Amino acid sequence: MNFQGIKAIYRFEMSRTFRTLGQSIASPVLSTVLYFVVFGSAIGSRINDINGVSYGAFIVPGLIMMTVLSQSVANASFGIYFPRFAGTIYELLSAPLSFVEVLMGYVGAAATKSFVIGIIILFTAGFFVPLEVKHPIWMVAFLALTCVTFSLLGFIIGIWADGFEKLQLIPLLVITPLAFLGGSFYSIDMLPELWRKISLANPVVYLISGFRWSFYEHSDVHLSVSIAMIALFLTVGFAIIAWIFKTGYRLKN
Amino acid sequence: MTEPKTAIAIQGLEKVYPGGFRALQPIDLEIYQGEIFALLGPNGAGKTTLINAVCGIVNLSAGQITVNGFDHCTQYRQARSCIGLVPQELTTDAFETVWNTVSFSRGLFGKSANPALIESILKRLSLWDKKDNQIRMLSGGMKRRVMIAKALSHEPQVLFLDEPTAGVDVELRKSMWDQVHELRETGVTIILTTHYIEEAEEMADRVGVIHKGKLLLVEEKNKLMKQLGKKEMVFELQHPLETVPPELCGKNISLAAGGSQLVFTYDTLQEDNGVTDVLDCLKAHHILYRDISTRQSSLEEIFVDLVRAS
Repeated sequence: MNFQGIKAIYRFEMSRTFRTLGQSIASPVLSTVLYFVVFGSAIGSRINDINGVSYGAFIVPGLIMMTVLSQSVANASFGIYFPRFAGTIYELLSAPLSFVEVLMGYVGAAATKSFVIGIIILFTAGFFVPLEVKHPIWMVAFLALTCVTFSLLGFIIGIWADGFEKLQLIPLLVITPLAFLGGSFYSIDMLPELWRKISLANPVVYLISGFRWSFYEHSDVHLSVSIAMIALFLTVGFAIIAWIFKTGYRLKN
Repeated sequence: MTEPKTAIAIQGLEKVYPGGFRALQPIDLEIYQGEIFALLGPNGAGKTTLINAVCGIVNLSAGQITVNGFDHCTQYRQARSCIGLVPQELTTDAFETVWNTVSFSRGLFGKSANPALIESILKRLSLWDKKDNQIRMLSGGMKRRVMIAKALSHEPQVLFLDEPTAGVDVELRKSMWDQVHELRETGVTIILTTHYIEEAEEMADRVGVIHKGKLLLVEEKNKLMKQLGKKEMVFELQHPLETVPPELCGKNISLAAGGSQLVFTYDTLQEDNGVTDVLDCLKAHHILYRDISTRQSSLEEIFVDLVRAS
């Protein structure tokens, strides 16, 4: 295992975060705080409790998840796309690194960044709404697994994209709608039966549901289903990246 | 004399891009440890593809490559660890500092941090005073040296220099040649592609000529110049001629400089190369000349001839 190589990529990516601290951390935190102010404090105070949880507190897991999803995808996709765009990818491809080591470096750094953002948002939320985390270990586990899973997705997008426009395409047209419709602001049990069934096709539902369970012991789908779905996303993402490196798709041709 | 050890062995290497473009025809090539090997070829000949194939940047369509005895597919870690690459394009992380980007390269190749080594590389390449500068602040020549520093940071045994002096001024080019010679003195095998034939002439031990993905020849530079090199004898005439006199026709003689020069091309390796015959003929026909000079054809001319012939 080339640990030095993993460390080099990880540190390199993290140093980019520190160079662009405002854009990397402050900006997503600020926009989430605005959600809390508007939906949590202003509008939320006029909405009934959901399953015994105040609306402001109810949306915290969903908001964290929404930001973490978009940040994981953005960080990882940019991390691998930029060397492709700048041409420095040659160094990565010619280095004695396996694809697992490359992933550990890039996805590890992207997931770390979004995990930190998630934790910062969680603490920030505490200033606006009463917070309770009933299963902190599960909460951390769900958060970490989601960061990794969506960083894998971002990594795939970063390799697939052949322009900055395409880099934004999937996050804007797919991830954001799925996050909004995945139960960030509501429980899917509140939907009519048909829309509830349709919502179950949205993978984000399982992430938010499991994550919300770790806070309030209430979930839209059974916990085991959420865990199984995350495991499935992880496996599929990993398999796609293994295929990319095996065939050299968009990297070696 | 001991047999030279092989640094890189390429057998039946082929690269066909999706769409059917055949960038490399089956190529067999052996590069010896400690030599400077120059790969010459016009644009699009396949030089960079060949280098990229060895470095693992493009997938092979067929063939096998070993680097210092390590198979580049099954033992890719060992094989790639031996190689340093300076690509043709100035591809750098514009916002990183020189020190960080060179240290990053060393880490990628699995080597632990060695500030003393990085310092010595940067000093050798006259980059020490720029170590904390962002790369975007550097000139083109300095960026080129940063690329070399990155390639050297993990102490490679084989160094690929893909057009290392493209766009570099004459002074810097000469200093880079010196640095390449110094590297060779430390035992590094150097494979160089270049458009500047004088560069190959100045530095290479052996030369390979590639055209349309096909390796046309591989030869020791000196031997190649001797074998394929033609010599020219130039007579500065006292009285310009309008045409080559019939007595001299068929003797590889032509007129140049508006008729004020007679140029005789001959092969130095041939015993009866016609020099005496031509001199006698000029004397017999009272063709007077002020001066005679001879000139050996350059590697560039040899290269152009080869490419045209292929």
